[in-house]
Amino acid sequence: MKYVDEFRDPKQAKKILLEIDKLCTEIVLPEDRPIQIMEVCGGHTHSIFRYGLNQLLPKKLEFVHGPGCPVCVLPRSVVDNCIRIAENEDVIFTTFGDAMRVPGSEKSLLDLKADGRDIRMVYSPLDAMTIAQNNPDKRVVFFGLGFETTMPSTALSIMQAKKLGVDNFYLFCNHITIIPTIKAVLDSPGMRIDGFLGPGHVSLIIGTKPYHFIADEYQKPLVAAGFEPLDILQSVWMILKQLKNGEAKVENQYKRLVNDNGNASALSPIAEVFELREFFEWRGLGSINHSGVKINDKYRQYDAEAVFKLKEVTVTDPDVCQCGEVLKGVLKPWQCKVFGKECTPEIPLGALMVSTEGACSAHYSYGQNIDLINQKL
Amino acid sequence: MNKKYQNKKITMAHGSGGKASSDLIKDIFVDTFNNDYLATMEDQARLDMPTGQLALTTDSFVVSPLFFKGGDIGKLAITGTVNDLAMSGAKPLYLTCGLILEEGLSIDILDKIIKSMQKTAIEAGVKVVCGDTKVVEKGSADKIFINTAGVGVIDKGVEIHAYKATVGDKIIVNGFIGDHGATIMQSRTELAISADIDSDCQVLNHLVQKMLSVSSNIHSLRDATRGGVATVLNEIASDSKVCISIKEDALPIRVPTRGVCEILGLDPLYLANEGTLVCVVAEQDADQVLTAMKCTKEGENACIIGEVTTGPEGIVALKTLFGGTKIIDKLIGDQLPRIC
Repeated sequence: MKYVDEFRDPKQAKKILLEIDKLCTEIVLPEDRPIQIMEVCGGHTHSIFRYGLNQLLPKKLEFVHGPGCPVCVLPRSVVDNCIRIAENEDVIFTTFGDAMRVPGSEKSLLDLKADGRDIRMVYSPLDAMTIAQNNPDKRVVFFGLGFETTMPSTALSIMQAKKLGVDNFYLFCNHITIIPTIKAVLDSPGMRIDGFLGPGHVSLIIGTKPYHFIADEYQKPLVAAGFEPLDILQSVWMILKQLKNGEAKVENQYKRLVNDNGNASALSPIAEVFELREFFEWRGLGSINHSGVKINDKYRQYDAEAVFKLKEVTVTDPDVCQCGEVLKGVLKPWQCKVFGKECTPEIPLGALMVSTEGACSAHYSYGQNIDLINQKL
Repeated sequence: MNKKYQNKKITMAHGSGGKASSDLIKDIFVDTFNNDYLATMEDQARLDMPTGQLALTTDSFVVSPLFFKGGDIGKLAITGTVNDLAMSGAKPLYLTCGLILEEGLSIDILDKIIKSMQKTAIEAGVKVVCGDTKVVEKGSADKIFINTAGVGVIDKGVEIHAYKATVGDKIIVNGFIGDHGATIMQSRTELAISADIDSDCQVLNHLVQKMLSVSSNIHSLRDATRGGVATVLNEIASDSKVCISIKEDALPIRVPTRGVCEILGLDPLYLANEGTLVCVVAEQDADQVLTAMKCTKEGENACIIGEVTTGPEGIVALKTLFGGTKIIDKLIGDQLPRIC
């Protein structure tokens, strides 16, 4: 496949892996601890496991799976509010596929669908708006979530609804922004990340300039990385090179798509429709200032929060859950008390077990027994 | 089709048991399936007992959309049941056809589906010998649901089971994987993806008989329908208490199917197939089985994708292109497209 297979060439991968090996031996960290690289984005976590990259890299290098899976960081109170909206008889509730399975306090959207409510999986918020046009006697709500990657299409659907006069379409906005999230990770006690794989899709929208504080204020390297195996390996190599040279810079590996200044035509609808929230709660991380967005006054009539008079209730995770520590890289997924016991992909207690991109789910599915299997095969 | 049904729809009267019902049964089903057993229109088909083991199976079909590239619900209903019989090594003989029709269904569409069933039954060499029709109120079903049951006979000496895989056996698939699932995804109107893929929907009984003619060491056979090749491999690994190792670079996946999976964040190993089988065969017979398969239309793209190895019981491991290993686990729930 053009534009894909070029970035999955095993021969090239071997060459980069040798370089990475060499660099790792040359980098000396205090107490001989491993080098920790955080991949902020769940897409990277998925690729790392999908191609088994974690096993090919030197033992001295560890990936820490960051808070970049929007499904994983969704608080239960938000899912509860989705259910409150979807329980209205005249509502068609729409959202992306992987949001359907996230557990709320009592049930998920998939459970509610089985109860007979009209809940539909869509591939784009514009599809949800079309459903609204085709069902004028219903109120159609789109549950918008995700980082800057999915924000432009949500904003455009609201703008389109206004332009076409579709007045039965609403957005339950739970979009989040990446920069305050990375800052929260950097400020967390015990943080020992040595470098960041910057999220490719988000960077495509916002560019690389917003990351500069990471290098300037925290002296940590960040490389905006694509999602193919060679993208990831090259980005790791770029981070290691900086570490070896004692540098901290923001670099762009994903130049074929990411412009340092971002994508103006994607940023403009975001600025048109959304404004920052003062506070936003994250699952496992608590409230992070200015980390979420809401619909601004100009488009208030489309805001499901106002229309459905939702309550702002905080629902804490079960005491035994250690999602927060895993998200911040303090604990490895398998070090969580309930990993693989009370918490499995079939019955997830914590959000990191829900999405296939969640660190715990990925470890549960791909990571267990892997050393044993490698010895035998 | 009989002119009296043109542009007509199924009504509750067609399920009432009265004249409308019997006319529909006679004109659409008996005339199309056209065999002596059905023509008697008794409440049961009377079949002579064959020698050998009897294989019996049943399956229900509720696919949406009803028609897709490479097949339709009628073709699926025959292939699904024929293939379930064939995977035991049985020669399929007779099928039943139970229909649940939603009031308002176009009789044109019904006729088209039944004709497709008959065409596929002829290809498979089976007869539809009895059936049942119910009509339910609009909204109680999605246009048409089909249930088929089938019987076949297994020759003496043929012993194919999911628990018989042993270390050293080779794993063969008969062709490209994931095409049916990708086609259905693409056919659903909400997806504006254009890719040149047809469903692999096809009967496999002739292929299986060809394989059995060259080897008596076929240990396990499964058609990889819902849950895909990954699920079948997990079932075999678990039932046989073995480890199965497959290689990513050996998996036959069409470029358009890969493309659809890349866009939606799905794994082709878990996509449904309707004409793809997984065969576990003793190492010494693997090449001759593969050669025999390649001589058939249904097996022309057959290839070895892995082997049964020592290792943790019940585990399916995939060697990635880069030499890493990942576990191919059982699918939890449905595969859901990811956000980004």
